[in-house]
Amino acid sequence: MSQKIQAGGKHEPPDSLLEIRKMVNACIQCGTCTGSCPNAFGMDFTPRHLWRLVLMGQKDEIFKSRTFGLCSACYYCTLRCPRGLPLTEAMYALKQIAAREKSEVFKTGLCFYGNFLESVRKHGRVWELEFMSMYFIAVKNPLIPLRYSSLGLRLFGKRKLSFRPHAAGRTMSLEKLFSKTKELEETIR
Amino acid sequence: MKYLYYPGCSLEGTALEYNLSTLAFMKAAGADLEEIDNWTCCGASAAESVSRLLSLSLSARNLALAEKMNGSREILVPCSACYLNLKKTAETVRTEPDILNKINIILGEEDLKLTSLVRVRHLLDVVSQDIGPGVLKNLKKRSFAGFSIAPYYGCQCIRPYKVFDDPEKPVSMEPLIKATDADVHQWAMGGRCCGASNMNTKMNIGIELVTAILKGAKGTDAIVTVCPMCQINLEAYQKLISKRFSTDLQITVLYLPQLLGLAIGLPEKDLRLDLNLSVTGSFRQKLKKT
Repeated sequence: MSQKIQAGGKHEPPDSLLEIRKMVNACIQCGTCTGSCPNAFGMDFTPRHLWRLVLMGQKDEIFKSRTFGLCSACYYCTLRCPRGLPLTEAMYALKQIAAREKSEVFKTGLCFYGNFLESVRKHGRVWELEFMSMYFIAVKNPLIPLRYSSLGLRLFGKRKLSFRPHAAGRTMSLEKLFSKTKELEETIR
Repeated sequence: MKYLYYPGCSLEGTALEYNLSTLAFMKAAGADLEEIDNWTCCGASAAESVSRLLSLSLSARNLALAEKMNGSREILVPCSACYLNLKKTAETVRTEPDILNKINIILGEEDLKLTSLVRVRHLLDVVSQDIGPGVLKNLKKRSFAGFSIAPYYGCQCIRPYKVFDDPEKPVSMEPLIKATDADVHQWAMGGRCCGASNMNTKMNIGIELVTAILKGAKGTDAIVTVCPMCQINLEAYQKLISKRFSTDLQITVLYLPQLLGLAIGLPEKDLRLDLNLSVTGSFRQKLKKT
């Protein structure tokens, strides 16, 4: 990881939580987010608790937690936060750090999103059959595909899963968009 | 009524009937849809979970393609996730010129440029505001009197952007359902989360959310949706959930343009009810009598 030079000339690791801290800086710990979150029942830390950890810079605790990975982007917390904080965006920002740093707790999520995006990069539009197969292979747990096998068969029966990419015959690769985005992101970081 | 049309990936695959019924219904309602040439994926919830800039660029590409079209300056989007991604990008570039510059460097690789001149609109916005119950009543061929319909909005077409409905207590589907003569099921689950992609990565969490919604709709004739993700989550796991809770929670789940299409007399084969994963026998029986 690149090092940035502080004003005093001292080398310090870049603070990846800085941007998120700015987002939730005005949090008053009221718990409206927790009360509004449909997934809070499955979380180890409640959203309210998570924002406190962000403000305290407790990076290890945050990225061992299941909490941010369970956000399903329903935007109830963003809607109801009395301080008007962009909490769903902050959850996404935590996912983005976990994706970059390949956090163990975000492994399945990253596997899913990563294979989805790989399919999009190659074909321009997602090709469900390819992406779900890649996801199932990558998670290395035969029980996971089993849970979806009956749904998969029903979708096949309805001819909703195509054996070819949807944009087949057209060149719609997003290679340029993906690589230029990556290049720009690396210069920023 | 002219609109540019962004169907999105799901509508070519798992939500094929949403695409076909939208096209059939909008045509019958007098709207002219022109598909955006060479549109690509909006990034769904995947891109934003990995990179903000990638998420914005993927959507921006489609907005830039729309700007190149000669037709309407409004994009009609049936999928709530696509809608939010495109809308969020259009809003972001207006308030963050720095991001717009970066996006245009990326799009420049394909000689595309975004100035953000197009307006992004959800199908429910267009159907409830531009078409409306009056047009539906005029076109009505079939009465759904005696049916109880549960309107399900989900999240991303009503939150975080307050555009055409109340993000806390959505009601925009009610006049449309009433125009078919059906009763609107009054419930608190209309704007709750279906679990979204948690259903694919943490199934047990997603199942809880879907169960609460199905329980809330028990006793009605159908749930009506406006999003492919909500639709598949609500229809695909009904057997598993019914078994787990030892109670029959099987219910018909239709896309809004399928219900409205039936009401204005479009043939079932054009609305593709055969492609839905959950249309119950009792619903079919009742439909025959309409």
